[in-house]
Amino acid sequence: MNHAYAVAAVTVVVLVTLLIGALGLRISRTTSDFYVASRTVGPRLNAAAISGEYLSAASFLGIAGLVLLQGPEMLWYPVGYTAGYLVLLLLVAAPLRRSGAYTLSDFAEARLESPQVRRLASLFVVGIGWLYLLPQLQGAGLTLEILTGAPGWVGGLVVAVVVTGAVAAGGMRSITFVQAFQYWLKLTALLVPALFLAGAWFGDDAPRARFDAPATFREHTSVRFQETVRIELDRPLTLTATGTVDDRPYDNGSLTLDVGSHRIASGTTLGFPAGAEVPEQSDTRAAGAAIWSEPLADSREEHPLYATYGLILATFLGTMGLPHVAVRFYTSPNGTAARRTTLVVLALIGAFYLLPPVYGVLGRIYAPELALTGDADAAVLVLPERLIGGVGGDLLGALLAGGAFAAFLSTASGLTMSVAGVLTQDVLPARGVRHFRLATVLAMAVPLGLGAVTADVPVADAVGLAFAVSASSFCPLLVLGIWWRGLTPPGAAAGLVIGGGAALTAVMATRAGIPAAGWSHSLLAWPAVWSVPLGFLTMVLVSLATRSRIPPGTAATLARLHLPEELTTKPAGSTAPEAER
Amino acid sequence: MPAAPRPRRETVTGVPRSGGRAGGRTARHAPARSEISEQTPLGATYVRSLMRSQLRTALLGLGALTLLVGTLPLLLQLPRVLTGEPLAPGPHLWVVLGVVVYPVMWLIARWYVRRAERNERDFRGLVEGR
Repeated sequence: MNHAYAVAAVTVVVLVTLLIGALGLRISRTTSDFYVASRTVGPRLNAAAISGEYLSAASFLGIAGLVLLQGPEMLWYPVGYTAGYLVLLLLVAAPLRRSGAYTLSDFAEARLESPQVRRLASLFVVGIGWLYLLPQLQGAGLTLEILTGAPGWVGGLVVAVVVTGAVAAGGMRSITFVQAFQYWLKLTALLVPALFLAGAWFGDDAPRARFDAPATFREHTSVRFQETVRIELDRPLTLTATGTVDDRPYDNGSLTLDVGSHRIASGTTLGFPAGAEVPEQSDTRAAGAAIWSEPLADSREEHPLYATYGLILATFLGTMGLPHVAVRFYTSPNGTAARRTTLVVLALIGAFYLLPPVYGVLGRIYAPELALTGDADAAVLVLPERLIGGVGGDLLGALLAGGAFAAFLSTASGLTMSVAGVLTQDVLPARGVRHFRLATVLAMAVPLGLGAVTADVPVADAVGLAFAVSASSFCPLLVLGIWWRGLTPPGAAAGLVIGGGAALTAVMATRAGIPAAGWSHSLLAWPAVWSVPLGFLTMVLVSLATRSRIPPGTAATLARLHLPEELTTKPAGSTAPEAER
Repeated sequence: MPAAPRPRRETVTGVPRSGGRAGGRTARHAPARSEISEQTPLGATYVRSLMRSQLRTALLGLGALTLLVGTLPLLLQLPRVLTGEPLAPGPHLWVVLGVVVYPVMWLIARWYVRRAERNERDFRGLVEGR
């Protein structure tokens, strides 16, 4: 791939982001502008901003990679990301806006009148936010590495610096414009190359992708292995090798590998003949595999139906509790606008999600070796070069690179914004814009530092983990808080700790490889199926046991959450005669 | 002891219509609102009725989502269970999961938004006595 075009595209995206952020700086003058864009953002602009923020690297690159590796079952990821917004609309959108709170912690405090529950909620907001930021930064590093050969930490640092600058400078107002711009950029960056690629595919007599059998190489393909991997062969394979295979050095020699497992040392280049099956990679983890393509892929094979429902529950119910999603609702002027905004969001993200599977299928046909080297996430980025080539391929590749970077920037800025908001309110000693800027630096520095320390740990599953934790903690809190009068502070706290804590522990245990296989492994790898009911049940039972602790203002709070605004903010004078009674 | 300030003279006219308790349709409107804002038992009943209708609408939408999308993994397993052998993922899987589900979800959302706004309109009508 031509590095110059890609670097230019990424630079343009970064510069335009900073420019729009700077324009926001001139517009945003008050503290309210800063946090919630003064609640004056119209549904269309706000919907584009919400969509731009939501469509992260996992959507832009990860889905195509997953489809390439595992086929149509993986389409449940984008379906779940979209359905999460539908559930959010049905159960919480308007009441959440009418609660008048800014963060999820504000909601917890307003509803339960308890500073302790507030602090607990803040802990979860910051935790989930950081979990979600980590893979964004690492993904940026990976993308820049693939595109330009820069060291892995550079991309993360670029994203961190740009986002911190834009957020600290302009706050929510400027972020709204930046993210709205980035939605349209991401859609264009995926749509235009997809049209050209589909044209090239038709010109190539439209070969079918096969997902029920191993992918095959369409032509003689040289594959360079960056890291040491083990591959599994079902039948003998004759190929050429330069490097070390099974501890034997080769220099462009021909060899025949038997059925079984073979070790390919890092730096080896293998030449596969046309028509050969792409071998299975036996230990993806050791190869530092594709970061979003990997999430829990190995555990799907044992109990696919259970795994699918685990994914469905986590994404359908987890979206509402993601800190950067919730914070966006406060920028709508009222509850009705919040609902209409969500409707537009569903249309925008639904339209976007039609595109990534196209790249996955084409990648399965034209770039099957990506599965072998663990770079499946790069499918979106390398396809133009493969199918079209020349200057046209380079330009389309650069457009995709710019779009991918927009994905990192927008999600990272939304997360930074919400984490910084909570840090300012609940951790730092004083509020105000100056402390908010300090909190922004803090919000970004921690995941950046963690990413540097845990470079070899598969933090990849962090996105899925964040969804599962959010579905088991904030989903019960929001749904019961909005619809049930009986929720008490002890009940909410117990549900947060037990539901969210269980989900967190389960996925951490899987990461550590504690249950190697079988049902216990599937149960822990896909915790949402049992941890969400656990969270709900704990909240309900503990609340029922502590009925005396029902907050005194519950009736008034619920009236405020559900009544249309003009009925709660009464016209002046209408209450005066009643007050005299 | 300072002399008590003399009450200021005020012009007495009719009860202002906007906040009035007599005559016209505004008469019934103010009490219903204040029942709510003062959290009287009657006001609480008003709020409960709105919450119930909104919850019913939300649950209907959630039911539609569960029925139309949530059951898909089971439905897609059916041929595998019936014929006893793993079936190749056919084009129907791509069409359903890749395209059809999105307009279905959007239509559920649009139905919900309209219905929820109608609930609120009806409620406003009830409270303002129209």
